[in-house]
Amino acid sequence: MAGAAPDSGTSAETTYRSARVPLLLPTWLVIGIFLILPVALMAVYSFLTKEMRGGVIWEFSLAAYDQFFINRGLFGDEPPSLEWTYISVFGRSIAQAATATTLCLLIGFPTAWFIATRPPATRGVWLFLITVPYWVNLLIRTVSLRFLIRENGPLNDALLGTGLISEPLAMINTNFAVQLGLFYSYLPFMVLPIYAAVERYNFTLSEAAADLYASRWVILREIVLPIVKPGIIAGCLLVFIPSMGAFLAPNLLGGAKNFMIGSLIEEQFKRSLGNWPFGAAVSMILMSLVLILLMLYARSMAKTEAR
Amino acid sequence: MNNAIDIRMVTKTYGTVTALKAVSLSIMDNEFFTLLGPSGCGKTTLLRMIAGFEDVTQGDILLFGQNIATLDPNLRPVNTVFQQYALFPHMSVIDNVAFGLKMKGLDLPTRTARAGEMLEMVHLSSFADRLPAQLSGGQQQRVALARALAPQPKVLLLDEPLSALDLKLRQAMRMELKQLQQDTGITFIFVTHDQEEALTMSNRIAVMSAGHVQQIGTPRDIYETPVNRFVADFIGETNLLEVDVASIAGDRAQVILPGGHAITCSTATHDAGRHHLSIRPERLTLVPLGAGMEAVVDQVIYLGTDLQVLVRLDGGTPLQVRIQNAARTQVPAPGSRIGLHLEEGAARLLAD
Ligand SMILES: Nc1ncnc2c1ncn2[C@@H]1O[C@H](COP(=O)(O)OP(=O)(O)OP(=O)(O)O)[C@@H](O)[C@H]1O
Ligand SMILES: [Mg+2]
Repeated sequence: MAGAAPDSGTSAETTYRSARVPLLLPTWLVIGIFLILPVALMAVYSFLTKEMRGGVIWEFSLAAYDQFFINRGLFGDEPPSLEWTYISVFGRSIAQAATATTLCLLIGFPTAWFIATRPPATRGVWLFLITVPYWVNLLIRTVSLRFLIRENGPLNDALLGTGLISEPLAMINTNFAVQLGLFYSYLPFMVLPIYAAVERYNFTLSEAAADLYASRWVILREIVLPIVKPGIIAGCLLVFIPSMGAFLAPNLLGGAKNFMIGSLIEEQFKRSLGNWPFGAAVSMILMSLVLILLMLYARSMAKTEAR
Repeated sequence: MNNAIDIRMVTKTYGTVTALKAVSLSIMDNEFFTLLGPSGCGKTTLLRMIAGFEDVTQGDILLFGQNIATLDPNLRPVNTVFQQYALFPHMSVIDNVAFGLKMKGLDLPTRTARAGEMLEMVHLSSFADRLPAQLSGGQQQRVALARALAPQPKVLLLDEPLSALDLKLRQAMRMELKQLQQDTGITFIFVTHDQEEALTMSNRIAVMSAGHVQQIGTPRDIYETPVNRFVADFIGETNLLEVDVASIAGDRAQVILPGGHAITCSTATHDAGRHHLSIRPERLTLVPLGAGMEAVVDQVIYLGTDLQVLVRLDGGTPLQVRIQNAARTQVPAPGSRIGLHLEEGAARLLAD
């Protein structure tokens, strides 16, 4: 080591350069195999011709995107106009995901706040309790929820028992059921990033604001929320994005009318009535939407940092 | 009504810990008042109760005669300069300074003008649009000061505001703070554990220890006539000797030093028996042998402006003496025998 001292900078650089490839290889492999390859495959498939019983024929075609956006009538002989069927599925998905995200935020923020303001020793216990339900498979949890809210399920029984309602509430197979399912599935993804942000928050700032005549509400609005905003945005994205593409909750809780993009995509890859290029195209469109959202997020973050 | 703050029998407990025990003190309007004491003595707790961040377990806090003990912090016309400044990180310097004015409902032009004046006062006008993170520690500290002064509080609370600054800056800020207090006429309550800071800035000081106020007085009172052993020991350097009291008459006492020499001194106690005697090292002078006390020089330590001479009385009791490092000063040789002279007011008999 001592001998190499005079030109250690150069030698360290050389070492670094030669070690670079082996060090970066695992990252490249992971990104390549699990990210680029599947997405590229999906992109390619979306421009191929469909095989009747699933799969693709290797022949370029815009049919999938055409089917998504353009309406040519039932027999394909009418003048082309904008096709609303699938766009409305997107619209419904966005609305459902947005509602679920709002629900998660309304419940998740106070929860995260509560946990972050416990004494440090007990915070771990609360976080642990938050994650406990997630040891059970999502499918099983969603089915259980279905059982809970069905017409003669425990929830309706209890409500009937208290005399609050005289007839069982129709909760299953409604938009509400889907929102509830999404909310339940993704709540921790809201709680955890907000918790992390609130835990880092310096509560002396709240004292300083109170000292300068700010009421509790003003402190929340002017000091706390702007500072924990990155955590809130991260939580919203983490709930909104998977909610958009979810298919378990809409399928199991929403019934046939309330299906979302996730179900639409899933349908296309079922052997019997599938349309792989169309499924791939819908996925690509969904992904573009999400990417745009993420870019907006990155821009708003860059603005926050620059301040 | 002349008092800005009256603390009346205030007690604060955290569970089983008692942070303050029946503290009473009054702070006058326009005063630079300092709470001084070692770490953990309850200074911050008392300040936070005046600001309203901590509940008062027992007792009352009066602000210009009005009881504020149960008022929410945002309703108290006092402002705080926090130790770690607590500037709002997402707001520019000027927005930080204008925050209190905004909360008071002042319109934008008025508060911008007023915040601008405050920034000028702390020499930061050119930094108005920066974020707190883009300022040095000293600059942040000035912003915190400007922010707390902008709403013209009746009382300004400062919790060790200088402790995060380096020595030179700290000394400069002492003078600035003092000047600011005189210019604004606002009552300052200043918390520190640095006795030099307290002595140089304050009109009056409350020396605290373990949740009690030990003594309240001007810097000179506290330094020259400490009431007990804790105060004498905590403020400045001193020689503490255990002595026998020969007689006490009024506020004068006759005591016998170890070694047998008898002296007269002021006293804070009226009980006979054994007590501690405080002798300030700079009030002792070295004199030629002859009349009075005698001692043997142990060691001479060079301190730059001063020399510290460690001597030993007959009987072995050590004493330190401070002499100025002037050109005419004759430095005694270690091992030599010298005479000691006690100046008037050098020694004080203390209560325990
Ligand atoms: N939230 C709390 N819970 C329990 N005990 C506390 C709490 N805050 C302060 N104390 C205790 O109260 C006593 C006084 O604390 P305080 O912070 O007022 O001391 P201080 O004089 O400001 O000390 P320092 O110079 O170190 O800041 C200490 O013994 C401390 O441990
Ligand atoms: Mg303190």
